[in-house]
Amino acid sequence: MRPANGQGAEPVGQPPVALIDLLDRLLNGGAVLTGDIVLSIADVDLVHINLRAVIRSITGDAPGPAIIPPRAAPSRLEEI
Amino acid sequence: MSEAEMEYVYAVGPGGLALDRTAPVAGVDGGTVRTVGGARGLTALVSAVPADRFAEEHLAPQLEDLERLEAIARAHHAVVDAAFATATVLPMRLATVYRDQTRVAAMLDEQHAYFEELLRTLDGHVELGLKVYAEPRAAAPAEEPEPAGASPGRAYLQRRRAERRRAQDTYGAARDTAEQAAQVASALASARAVHRPQQGEWSAGRGENVANEAYLVPRQHVDRFRTELGALASDLPGVTIEVTGPWAPYSFAGGVAS
Repeated sequence: MRPANGQGAEPVGQPPVALIDLLDRLLNGGAVLTGDIVLSIADVDLVHINLRAVIRSITGDAPGPAIIPPRAAPSRLEEI
Repeated sequence: MSEAEMEYVYAVGPGGLALDRTAPVAGVDGGTVRTVGGARGLTALVSAVPADRFAEEHLAPQLEDLERLEAIARAHHAVVDAAFATATVLPMRLATVYRDQTRVAAMLDEQHAYFEELLRTLDGHVELGLKVYAEPRAAAPAEEPEPAGASPGRAYLQRRRAERRRAQDTYGAARDTAEQAAQVASALASARAVHRPQQGEWSAGRGENVANEAYLVPRQHVDRFRTELGALASDLPGVTIEVTGPWAPYSFAGGVAS
């Protein structure tokens, strides 16, 4: 049964999140904890580098930069 | 909890962070999401995951499997997003796994001051993504006029030159737009994070991604952010601006530099 708004049964609102946008945030962002962590920061970075390699191999894209620069640190803007 | 399980941590939030029982969200591998409280007033969202899949030596290979990675990432995001709908939360990086609940609670207490400060900074804000694309083919005129009387070879060279010029123009316009967009966005935001431009099939159909940024935006400025940024490229053929979100503050969970 279609809802009264005629939009069909699809959830109304946000389109699905693109995987790449999500991975940008989950592999580059997110709080990185120290302490009793099973997956170390170095491992996550390694995963990220491997992931880029996977993506390149899937897409057959031209080779990207050999060395992936670290993410630029978030910068505090001038107070507005 | 059995020896064979560990705790996957999705996010940290204020004490009293509650899960919406009317719309339960499944965690990674369908795990039941629970809260773990620290002694000093913070809460973590966790679910049990099998140790044999998430122990250090078994995790990395899984994350290289794109389908598996997507399943984990989407489950992680679903939990963070559900929590973010009702409270300010600090999302964890993908695959943050602790040996047991006691260690999660200890982590909350150890990092108490740091988390409290970050949660205060992030309160009342959302993250918005801002991407700028250049697509020279979209800037091409619908029909290329054939130069009259030109030889096929000359016509080909002229076409190639026109294409190259158009590409240069489009990339130049996209870069200018990206700079302008960063200024407009920064005026409305409290902080900015720069991600690497997305490559390959990820930006397919939109052209080349020339800027991929995230902004920490006060909630009251979200509509204005969308409107003002959306208007920037509306009359530029071949240049597209995309605003994503609102996201939980993933790109700012590592801190906001002062």
